[in-house]
Amino acid sequence: MCPQKCRALPGWAGVGTRPYVGGGGVRRMDDDENLGRERRLLALRREAELRGDVKGSGVRPRGAPFPVASPETGYYGIPLLKQPSWRWEVPLYFFVGGAAGAAAVVGAIADYTGADKRLVRDARWIAAAGAVISPALLISDLGRPERFLNMMRVFKPKSPMSVGVWTLLGFSGGAAAAAFAGFMRERNGPSFPLRVLENAGQAASLVFGLPFSNYTGVLIGATAIPVWNENASNLPLHFGASGVSAAVGLLELMGHQKSRALQAIGLGAAMIECWEGWRIESRHQPGLNPLKHGSSGALVRVGGALSGPVPAALRVLSMVASEANREGRERSRRLRRWASISAVTGSLLTRIAWVHAGHVSAKDWREPLGIR
Amino acid sequence: MPTTAFLTDSTLCIGCKACEVACKEWNGVAEDGFDWSGFSYDNTGSVGHSTWRHVKFVEHTPEPGFGGNAPELSSWGFSSDVCKHCENAGCLEACPTGSIVRTEFGGVYIQPDICNGCGYCVVSCPFGVVERNNDDGRAFKCTFCYERQKAGLVPACAKACPTESIKFGDMGDLQARAEDRLQELHRRGMRDATLYDAADTSVGGTHAMFILRGDPRSYNLPPKPEVPTVYLKKAWTSSALAAGLLLAGSLWAFLGLPERD
Repeated sequence: MCPQKCRALPGWAGVGTRPYVGGGGVRRMDDDENLGRERRLLALRREAELRGDVKGSGVRPRGAPFPVASPETGYYGIPLLKQPSWRWEVPLYFFVGGAAGAAAVVGAIADYTGADKRLVRDARWIAAAGAVISPALLISDLGRPERFLNMMRVFKPKSPMSVGVWTLLGFSGGAAAAAFAGFMRERNGPSFPLRVLENAGQAASLVFGLPFSNYTGVLIGATAIPVWNENASNLPLHFGASGVSAAVGLLELMGHQKSRALQAIGLGAAMIECWEGWRIESRHQPGLNPLKHGSSGALVRVGGALSGPVPAALRVLSMVASEANREGRERSRRLRRWASISAVTGSLLTRIAWVHAGHVSAKDWREPLGIR
Repeated sequence: MPTTAFLTDSTLCIGCKACEVACKEWNGVAEDGFDWSGFSYDNTGSVGHSTWRHVKFVEHTPEPGFGGNAPELSSWGFSSDVCKHCENAGCLEACPTGSIVRTEFGGVYIQPDICNGCGYCVVSCPFGVVERNNDDGRAFKCTFCYERQKAGLVPACAKACPTESIKFGDMGDLQARAEDRLQELHRRGMRDATLYDAADTSVGGTHAMFILRGDPRSYNLPPKPEVPTVYLKKAWTSSALAAGLLLAGSLWAFLGLPERD
């Protein structure tokens, strides 16, 4: 039973074969499991004895057989904070919700200013799709999805999650009503109740869409995770611009590639994203490391480049090219399509990157302890 | 109702983990594995959904008299960690269902029949206490033995503590006792004894206070915990700015740049 090596250590030989007794009423470890753990302890002890030092995983001693906790090393480097329990649904929700909220606002403004009716309709469809997908994603991320209605027991202005749930509720209702009424009007012709529903729905989706497009920045900004709360004052603008970028990009990919207004809004959002990227890169504080190093840093930078400089440059080039002849117009359209694709991809990557950075930040035991 | 509190005196703790066991038994908390961490005798690591009391084993460099050890041996400090039951509790403020409430005893309590496992309290706790149990789906932490307190009993951990390292009682009384105890420790030459209660931070004090020797950071206690609601003003200002820019930008774009046919 005992591996060859343990015979070198009289007194400990046989430890690995001692059966686990006790555990009355609690879980009884089965023998194989028990043996594995005993062997690990034996290996740790043996290593400590022979080398005065243990190189096993999770063990980091210096000069002594066991690690020493100190103000410099924290508590054995065990993270103080808990990692977010959110799964893949949450970053995807940030993306979908941001795009849907911004699309509702752009669509409503386009309608009020008398722009192309097709643009208004497509914006409403994006908003309505988001209004259906967003709650589905949020509910599926709950640990107890069947209890999602408990969110509507209370309204807590100091909880961004509570504010967000009510905003989502208002937005979803409005966006779905506007899209439904618009669809029915196109199919069966106009009628008074449909007009009321359409206008009320659109107004609601505008009013709720404005906070809905960026509140997710508040949601993660006002937490205990260092990399998030150190960006509390710029995350909502960052996420808001990201949502607008995605909404404009999606509308352009749905065939609105000639709209100068969309081009301008997309360019503005890309410029804000450039500025947000500069704000991240120009600040030097250890809490921001997850945004600059490792896999989360790479994701943030790729997402940021695809949201900011790349679409901004492509849009400017496309605007310049459109001044020329027919060939130029063709090139302009191509550049603009790539700008849209880049903006949508960048927005999605940015959301994934920030949630990932939150996980990395929570694992960093130095930051909350103020150890540099 | 009196406002109650824990005072955990690490200078009296012998690391027996009776508090961990009593807590698990009374509250029916599941086991969390039998693995060795290699970090001293601490094989649990931190408080979490299945560990509501957690004894930290802090090994210092050898210091005669510290922990009662012989001079050549590492000095050992033990401290039983627990939910801090903050005055301004991040988890309570964040909870969107109203599941997390403040009890009449001043503790912070998660009502298990209401929690829907959204996980927002997990990222809102500056002490890393609350955790979602992914098998169960809900978030869990120390209940401050709410039902025992309702029945006039002391929490299970304090009841089981054999050295009275975990003291439980009226908050004001315990604060006074903590002061006395600190003075006594200082008189005995333990100049590094401190009280950790986060009173001078945005957390506004805790219902679980700790007497420690040395730097609280070596016990994984943050020197400057912040309740996340302090970031709300900055964040909502940025949100309003983003909404304003989107509204104004869209209006300008559609009014100033009419479509060309």
